[in-house]
Amino acid sequence: MTSPLPVDHRSPTLALRLAEEIKSIISQPWNIMEICGGQTHAIMQYGLDQLLPKGLRMIHGPGCPVCVTSLEAIENALALASNPQVILTSFGDMLRVPGASNDLLTSRSRGADVRVVYSPLEAVKIAQANPHKQVVFFAIGFETTAPAIAASIQHAHRNRIKNFSILPANVLVPPAMEAILDGENRLVNAFLAAGHVCAVMGFHEYLPIAKKYRCPIVVTGFEPVDLMSGILLAVRQLEEGRFEVENAYNRAVTQEGNLAAQALIKDVFEPVDRKWRGIGSIPLSGLGLKTSYIEFDAVSRFGLNPAPIPESPLCLAGKVLQGLINPPQCPAFGKACTPVNPLGAPMVSSEGACNAYYRYQKGS
Amino acid sequence: MDEISNKLQAFNCPVPLSQHDSILLGHGSGGTLTHELIKSLFQKHLGNEFLNAGNDGSVLPSCTGEKLVVSTDAHIVSPLFFPGGDIGRLAVCGTVNDVAMMGAHVDALTASFIIEEGLPISDLERIVASMTEACLEANVKIVAGDTKVTERGKSDGLFISTSGFGWLPSGRQISGDLAQPGDAVIISGSVGNHGVAIVQARGNLGFSSSVQSDVAPLNGMIAALLEAVPDVHVLRDPTRGGLTTTLVEIARQSGVSIELEESQIPIDQPVRSICEMLGLDPLYMANEGKLILILPNSSADRALEMLRSHKYGKGAALIGKVRENSSGKLWLRTALGTTRVLDMLSAEMLPRIC
Repeated sequence: MTSPLPVDHRSPTLALRLAEEIKSIISQPWNIMEICGGQTHAIMQYGLDQLLPKGLRMIHGPGCPVCVTSLEAIENALALASNPQVILTSFGDMLRVPGASNDLLTSRSRGADVRVVYSPLEAVKIAQANPHKQVVFFAIGFETTAPAIAASIQHAHRNRIKNFSILPANVLVPPAMEAILDGENRLVNAFLAAGHVCAVMGFHEYLPIAKKYRCPIVVTGFEPVDLMSGILLAVRQLEEGRFEVENAYNRAVTQEGNLAAQALIKDVFEPVDRKWRGIGSIPLSGLGLKTSYIEFDAVSRFGLNPAPIPESPLCLAGKVLQGLINPPQCPAFGKACTPVNPLGAPMVSSEGACNAYYRYQKGS
Repeated sequence: MDEISNKLQAFNCPVPLSQHDSILLGHGSGGTLTHELIKSLFQKHLGNEFLNAGNDGSVLPSCTGEKLVVSTDAHIVSPLFFPGGDIGRLAVCGTVNDVAMMGAHVDALTASFIIEEGLPISDLERIVASMTEACLEANVKIVAGDTKVTERGKSDGLFISTSGFGWLPSGRQISGDLAQPGDAVIISGSVGNHGVAIVQARGNLGFSSSVQSDVAPLNGMIAALLEAVPDVHVLRDPTRGGLTTTLVEIARQSGVSIELEESQIPIDQPVRSICEMLGLDPLYMANEGKLILILPNSSADRALEMLRSHKYGKGAALIGKVRENSSGKLWLRTALGTTRVLDMLSAEMLPRIC
């Protein structure tokens, strides 16, 4: 058996050839949603939208972890940060996302101990180094961050680290895809599934979704050639009337995914109903701590229970996250809402659609 | 009587220790400890006829017909030592480069040290020695200085503020508002190295690499360049905010647009990989030893040849053109032939989540 020749996933020649092929097979307009914010940014960064035929519209999905974190969860984090006994830790992007009153960077400037970590295990180390403080990790992200968060909980459990807990806010992709397909005005004809999520979870979960909603789903990576291949496979399925799950990212993704990572998630977490910012509550779309690890839940440890908070009426992030409008169609885009002064999370995050449009000046 | 006298002599008032291994608040008192520090550490390394005179200021010789160029910069960096340099080298090179980018011959620097109580003296000495080395390389002298000490916790180890002075030869005009349509845009080497070296030196990434800061004094290379190619329009060092932010500033100042060829921008592979892993963009990462050169296209080849012959310009590359368009925008043509606008960074870059 010979190994395949290495493919340059940024090869302009290859990407342009794929663009030509898409043009040659498309016969009618289609809407394809890329789930992941990383894919949205890659499309903008490489200008791939400029290579697609006119009738093919890319709709940007809700795959930006900080964008969909609910206002209530952010308020919980802000309340914890203002507690002088607490060191609040999270991933970088989360610090800038505005809650109802404030954001974590501002609360840090006012004296709160808020720290950026690259891995939740770092937060556990901070807890060990600060035995007289409570260290809380604001656990956000999709299936991609969940295994490392689960590992940090197991580690804290095994080593009886009592001053570590998490604010659980992880969300799951498949229930969100179903919510989008169940919507009243379904726009999406096909999905590009998020390559990184599938590297962890595999893609067997998508098989019933593709069948039930007659919706092609193509597992797709993040480089120009990956994205153009994913789009080509999706268009080909639509043109041929097929509704299957295909894998255009097989250098990283298998149908089963990473079984060790899945076992970690399964040991620590269980699916719970979760509110998505701008979308609303989606049944069994989040990860909550199992009873056996409930002592690590900061919500119960600190008795957090914020009242529901209404979103800013100016911000149409919910519509953007569901693909109902493109960012420049929001009246606040680039005016009341900019990356320096964001009204909603998609303008904040490097994976948010509004931020991508603003940064690459798509609205102007 | 002798006995009493002996006892009295043995009963000495405790004199403060004059040998310390870390900075005390008293080192900023202006008294003996301050003078000792200046003499035993600062003058030992930085001493010259101006500093040794011990006055409040220095009188510099003037050059008739030339104009005085002044620049100032405060340097804060964490950690104080990083791969490829330290805050001392940074404080000298940063200001030397700012004066040199005006086309001036850099003559003299001043340096103010704001030191946190408790800083190990050995660290301070390493930093000051490193400044001396950078000054020797840049052929400048530090002609005035100041030292203050803050209480522990009131500053972050050490801040160094430097000012630079130089003379601009008459007739020479180099400025950010002089980019002309048709001009060539050149970078003197790979971008992003300093920014990545600092991110990595902060030490919580869980991996290491060979990336070193590019911090270097560029005045020697600039002097040689201007001698060989006098018709330079713009010189600028892409420090904070990186290549993108500096080019957007120039495009706005000059009322032109600038188009970059993505495939021509030199980026070292480890810098590219680390940035990709962390979700950072090398085009926005700081550089401390690179210059952007904008000049008539007809002189571009000569300038490239000149830069490449110098140790700090080996990786020089032609990366773009100035276009006739008053939008003040920076465009990037990707390897795919698509284009996008590059804008300044809105706030600090934060690493992505997944």
